[in-house]
Amino acid sequence: MFHFSNIVRSEGDPKIIEGGPSLKQPEDQLARALGWFSIGLGAIELFAARRVTETLGMEGKETLVRAFGVREIFSGILSLSVDKNAGLWARVGGDGLDAAALLSGLTADNPKKGNVALALLMVGGIAMLDYRVAQDTKPQRPPPDARRKLYPGRSGFPKGISATRDRAKDAINHIPANVRS
Amino acid sequence: MKALVWHGKEDIRCDTVTDPEIQDPRDAIIKVTSCAICGSDLHLFHNFIPGMLPGDIMGHETMGEVVEVGSGMDGKLKKGDRIVVPFTIICGECDQCKRGNFSVCETTNRKRHLADKAFGHTTAGLFGYTHLTGGYPGGQAEYLRVPFADATHIKVPDGIPDEQLLFLSDIFPTGWQAAAQCDIVPTDTVAIWGCGPVGQMAIRSAILLGANQVIAIDRLPERLSMAEAGGATTINFETESVVDRLNELTDGRGPEKCIDCAGMEAHVMASQPDTVLDRAKQMVMLESDRPHVLREMIYVCRPGGIISVAGVYSGFSDKMPMGAFMNKGLTMRTGQTHVNRWTDDLLRRIEEGEIDPSFVITHTVPLEMGPEMYKVFRDKRDSCVKVVLKP
Ligand SMILES: NC(=O)c1ccc[n+]([C@@H]2O[C@H](COP(=O)([O-])OP(=O)(O)OC[C@H]3O[C@@H](n4cnc5c(N)ncnc54)[C@H](O)[C@@H]3O)[C@@H](O)[C@H]2O)c1
Ligand SMILES: [Zn+2]
Ligand SMILES: [Zn+2]
Repeated sequence: MFHFSNIVRSEGDPKIIEGGPSLKQPEDQLARALGWFSIGLGAIELFAARRVTETLGMEGKETLVRAFGVREIFSGILSLSVDKNAGLWARVGGDGLDAAALLSGLTADNPKKGNVALALLMVGGIAMLDYRVAQDTKPQRPPPDARRKLYPGRSGFPKGISATRDRAKDAINHIPANVRS
Repeated sequence: MKALVWHGKEDIRCDTVTDPEIQDPRDAIIKVTSCAICGSDLHLFHNFIPGMLPGDIMGHETMGEVVEVGSGMDGKLKKGDRIVVPFTIICGECDQCKRGNFSVCETTNRKRHLADKAFGHTTAGLFGYTHLTGGYPGGQAEYLRVPFADATHIKVPDGIPDEQLLFLSDIFPTGWQAAAQCDIVPTDTVAIWGCGPVGQMAIRSAILLGANQVIAIDRLPERLSMAEAGGATTINFETESVVDRLNELTDGRGPEKCIDCAGMEAHVMASQPDTVLDRAKQMVMLESDRPHVLREMIYVCRPGGIISVAGVYSGFSDKMPMGAFMNKGLTMRTGQTHVNRWTDDLLRRIEEGEIDPSFVITHTVPLEMGPEMYKVFRDKRDSCVKVVLKP
């Protein structure tokens, strides 16, 4: 079987013959996809805010859209990092803000209210996905109050701690200072 | 053979790979009998240290039996020898090796042009640890090629179990060097940040080197209990103020010697706002490390004291309190461990029953379970302190 990573191996170093199972779960892949989506959407909001407000009939809100863009980019980067769970929760919160902003544009006199409704629907769908992935990628760290095994018997000193201490103190007092390090 | 292979951030797999071959007359191949996962491997698991490529074999704490040697071994190593492999690959002949500065050996980094660029000068080649240090395949595998094997080995006698000897490869000499660099005198208080495997070894080393008081800092109850068992007074940095407690325990003077065994991934929490800022900067690549422990050590260390850094830092750290560092007249000593500088002495201490480093092992599993154990160790699940893998 061909493994792309073998290309960069130095000659003579072991090369992959058969790949084992990945540690990545489907939810990790989804988190990654949402992270990149977030960065893409953020870039559009940041650099093409005008287009966005025009499409939604919400001209004048460009600054808000740009701020939302920055937020999207940050939660995207966080979703791609080892702290992806925090990134996904940031996205869930962001979805709430998006929805609130869109609702404010869903007025009878907005000629583009159809687009706004469509955008709201999309935010709703994505929010549900964000929420599910956030649930599924919860860190498996034990909670702070979990019962832990303790190791009070593991001193590592077969002769006991106090005997070891005494011997060490004895030894250090007999070394001249200039040969210590 | 089976080996644990890095495929990207948080993706390590147990793959089948081709067996290593002798590439140079000074090479040896060992059949691995035991290997371990190190805190440094977690930095690689998180892709916080640049220079890993998909397909790299992990692992730098390894021991086993020599099954093949190159033609240039000069009788220094032969088939059947039982050896622990130091994580620093050394030539034994260059100026630095002659001075005992093994982790900055000038010969063994086969990708030295990268290290010359990144650090100004090359450092030694390391097993299973980024292409900046040679990109050598690591020892979390069934077999390992040991380059410069005539110098890069620690011969160990039969009759002592692997578990007591394996950590001569890294964490025991690392904890020892961290303490030795402190020039401990009998009145000293030594404070140690981080009670992971390296911190545990540093605690024992400080005791063996005759410190008056050893104080250990972490937040995980199981690790704090192990620190206490080794003779340390403990501080939980999640529930107590580290600076206040250290001053209390030293009559307001501060510890004379401070050791960092936590490294570049200091725990992030709201009550230490600098850690949150570091994490944010790290994410957008404005800073590579989270040096909270370094800052705290400089702040609390007794003037004239020594700061010893065993924890790994990879690149750039911000907001270092150089004013306090300079005005307090502190000394900082650092380094990847010069493993072979210490191992004769440490092996003797193990043989004489002065210390048994196996106390730190909490999990022993087959190599195939390695990838899952990276997660267990990282998440501190199941009170995990140190994982040993058996190929
Ligand atoms: N210099 C060397 O040659 C060398 C060799 C081996 C390991 N290391 C490094 O030593 C460090 C520790 O290794 P380990 O195997 O013990 O890893 P580990 O991850 O198990 O231990 C790190 C410990 O530090 C604690 N910690 C985090 N933030 C802290 C804070 N603010 N204050 C106090 N403690 C804090 C964590 O709770 C954890 O218990 C790593 O950075 C590793 O890369 C260096
Ligand atoms: Zn290590
Ligand atoms: Zn050398």
